[in-house]
Amino acid sequence: MPISFRDKKSTLFRSFPMRRKSILFGTLFTVALLGLALSRAETGPVPDLVARDDLTAADLERVLTVTAPTTDFTKPEPFERMSAGAATSRERINSNTFSHPSANISFEGRQDFLIGNGLFKKVWVSSPSSTQASDGLGPLFNARSCQRCHLKDGRGHPPDGPDDLATSMFLRLSVPPRTAEEERALAERITLRIPEPVYGGQLQDVAVPGIPAEGRMTITYEETAVALNGGETVMLRRPTYSVDDLGYGPLDPDVMLSPRVAPQMIGLGLLEAIHPADILANADPDDLDGDGISGKPSWVRDPETGDLVLGRFGWKASNPTVHTQTAGAFNGDIGISNPGAPDPHGDCTEGQPACREMPTGVQERLGDTEAPDPILDLVVFYSRNLAVPARRDVDDPDVLHGKELFYDTGCAACHRPKFVTSREAQDPELRFQLIWPYTDMLLHDMGEGLADNRPVGDASGTEWRTAPLWGIGLTETVNGHTFFLHDGRARNLLEAILWHGGEAQTARDTVVAMTPDERAALIRFLESL
Amino acid sequence: MMQRLTRALVGATALTALSLTPALAETPEAVLDTYADIALAGYQDSLITAQALDAAIDALIANPSEATLNAARSAWIAARVPYQQTEVYRFGNAIVDDWEGRVNAWPLDEGLIDYVDGSYGVESDENALYTVNVIANASLVVNGETIDTSAITPMLLSDTLHEAEEVEANVATGYHAIEFLLWGQDLNGTSAGAGSRPATDFDTANCTGGNCDRRAEYLKASSELLLTDLEEMVANWEDGGDAREALTADATEGLAIILTGMGSLSYGELAGERMKLGLLLHDPEEEHDCFADNTHNSHYFNALGIRNVYTGHYRRIDGTVVTGPGIDTLVAAADISVDSELKDALETTIAAMSVMKARAESIEAYDQMIGEGNDAGNAVVQAAIDALIAQTRPIERAVATLELDAIAFEGSDSLDNPDAVFQ
Repeated sequence: MPISFRDKKSTLFRSFPMRRKSILFGTLFTVALLGLALSRAETGPVPDLVARDDLTAADLERVLTVTAPTTDFTKPEPFERMSAGAATSRERINSNTFSHPSANISFEGRQDFLIGNGLFKKVWVSSPSSTQASDGLGPLFNARSCQRCHLKDGRGHPPDGPDDLATSMFLRLSVPPRTAEEERALAERITLRIPEPVYGGQLQDVAVPGIPAEGRMTITYEETAVALNGGETVMLRRPTYSVDDLGYGPLDPDVMLSPRVAPQMIGLGLLEAIHPADILANADPDDLDGDGISGKPSWVRDPETGDLVLGRFGWKASNPTVHTQTAGAFNGDIGISNPGAPDPHGDCTEGQPACREMPTGVQERLGDTEAPDPILDLVVFYSRNLAVPARRDVDDPDVLHGKELFYDTGCAACHRPKFVTSREAQDPELRFQLIWPYTDMLLHDMGEGLADNRPVGDASGTEWRTAPLWGIGLTETVNGHTFFLHDGRARNLLEAILWHGGEAQTARDTVVAMTPDERAALIRFLESL
Repeated sequence: MMQRLTRALVGATALTALSLTPALAETPEAVLDTYADIALAGYQDSLITAQALDAAIDALIANPSEATLNAARSAWIAARVPYQQTEVYRFGNAIVDDWEGRVNAWPLDEGLIDYVDGSYGVESDENALYTVNVIANASLVVNGETIDTSAITPMLLSDTLHEAEEVEANVATGYHAIEFLLWGQDLNGTSAGAGSRPATDFDTANCTGGNCDRRAEYLKASSELLLTDLEEMVANWEDGGDAREALTADATEGLAIILTGMGSLSYGELAGERMKLGLLLHDPEEEHDCFADNTHNSHYFNALGIRNVYTGHYRRIDGTVVTGPGIDTLVAAADISVDSELKDALETTIAAMSVMKARAESIEAYDQMIGEGNDAGNAVVQAAIDALIAQTRPIERAVATLELDAIAFEGSDSLDNPDAVFQ
């Protein structure tokens, strides 16, 4: 049954309805004043962001001591094997290694986790269907379940070739701002990007019967050689992306494409539990200390309060919480509306009227979205509590040597080893844990080689959030491949390192200049994570 | 080494607590032996009943008829009785959990295996192998590679098709693959009726559904694989077997495994993913033994398995009893009220499960009970869920009573220990 459209003006701003008024009453003057980039001062300091307000002085002292970078590489640090503190999984290492709950979870938490797991695997069907609680797919979508892209809760990969349908990546789409209103919306972080006018915020390559899919992502690779000290040559493949079989007319000539593979799902609740003050302590957006490393926070709006908060999730840190990330993925990737992203037509725009007229899966007696409470919350809970596995071989001499090289080369400046999570984290299991994620949760310029040239919020076209490295050595065990970076272009860890440019150029050049044994030790360390 | 030492100290504390009580208390070692003996008997019974199922499958393939098909179905239902009682061993025993996916994986995309009804959909986006139909195709493409499937062998199922392309719903092996082959899809939704595959689906002379020879080949291959897998697990619990050795390596940790296994199956797996999710969505796709409409038994015998390991008492399929000191003796010696509270809770669950089982056998099947608008049926399932959740409270108290908390729910916190946790 067709349903009436929601407020048509809300398409662009639907995640931030509370701010709409300010757009309407804003002036060009404020746009000019704010510019396109917000600096920290202009956001206004939020009190709980500047200091660890969750700790006593004694606790703070302990935290500072335990998170200080080590200088002793002769033996493992205390607690080092337990990457996620008491939440660390010590289950057997096999292809299910990323699918266990936080080890310290209660029986009750385990229930929510497993129901969430069932929903994560659940195959959604198109409307109308006999199982009304399970329909609502699309109309446009990339996958029919969460698990389809987050295979084994691990990392997605680019297609192996033109016949490989089993992809777990897609293209994000946007255009530069064209009006003062759009510029102001970006400046005020009412939105982080302007969607392609017809195709919306991402390219959905599948549709329910009755309407065309949006198109098919195509990739071509060009190989370039990198010579390493010691005589080895590594081939890097540089991808070019385009879209074939467009279902809704030509793309906007100014469209910007950004390929994204599905990231691994482990440890997300712990990353959310890192206190903002610990992230901001590392931020140096203008590189005032002159070390060549900036580190820029991604400021985004909390959809519930409208406050500016730290973006943490996604390849450009566009989402502040696992909840917003999950709500957006449910709606954009599967086309399932939910309390955090309520449009039942998903990413269908006004420029796709046939799509917006398709039936939806909303059943009023069940709730006002296709995945009403508690469905979204259960999937969010599951996503927050996928455990990080314990490390292997922490005391192996090669691993320890590789760790030393990791620090000496400067990798640890951005891939920050340790944090102690907030005592006020949402889940008790995730509170006050010493964790080893190897990320600073900040944006960094990674150079032209990795650039998607598609700005999102604070992240410029060359900036990416430092990817967490925990669990990276188990990618092959879990997913049977070693494709890394935001679009899976790197075919192993060494290629991933060699793609680093921009702020990481010096570190990358150091790796090129290493002896083969040193590089092998560095990789051994990464594989032990 | 320090890890062991720490655990030994915690164990010593537990033992000290126990030694304050009258002399009747059993030793942790004796309790672990009983637990392992029941596991061995349960997997032996699973193997024996799977062998009977295999023989019935041979008879079905040799002489397809409604009678031989029904005999095979009965053998499958009988095989589930001991197996479901072993599931409590999955949680905490890493060797079992590692193995379980081959044997009891669920839910499955049946379109991978055989023909499905048109309403199943043919969209290939979710799962490239969603309707690939191995039985109808002598070759297929997995991960972009062409695979020769002209001979359906146990190895093809286990090494190539099972979880193909990393999609967990690509279940090619185990009880539920066999169940689908014996019953076919249950197209009745939340109305009455199970799957109704005709015996002629296996009749090469008078074939329905096409490829009857290959369907028989698939059925036999999956049955052989089940036997191999169960033989492996029986060996794991024999004297010197890996699972028994791992369990008994550390007595205190072993006791924690018994109780956390009971709690994890009760609360998360059974009450949660297997029951509450289906009830929440009113969706028979979330039913456990969905083709055979055997879900009521599957849940009931899970609950029985939990009681078995607590009380150290298992009635085998031949009627004999395997018994010995259960962990209940340790809990009772430490605090008799916790033991009786836990026993009462386990009995309440068995009673609620019995009501559900009786309803399934007389009034309506489990998938009807979870149907939307069926308030009476929903309430019966909810009562079993509530009982399962309620019994985890005294399980938690039993963990605390035996002073196993540190091992069950937290890492230990010795600073010199590489496994330690900053607290």
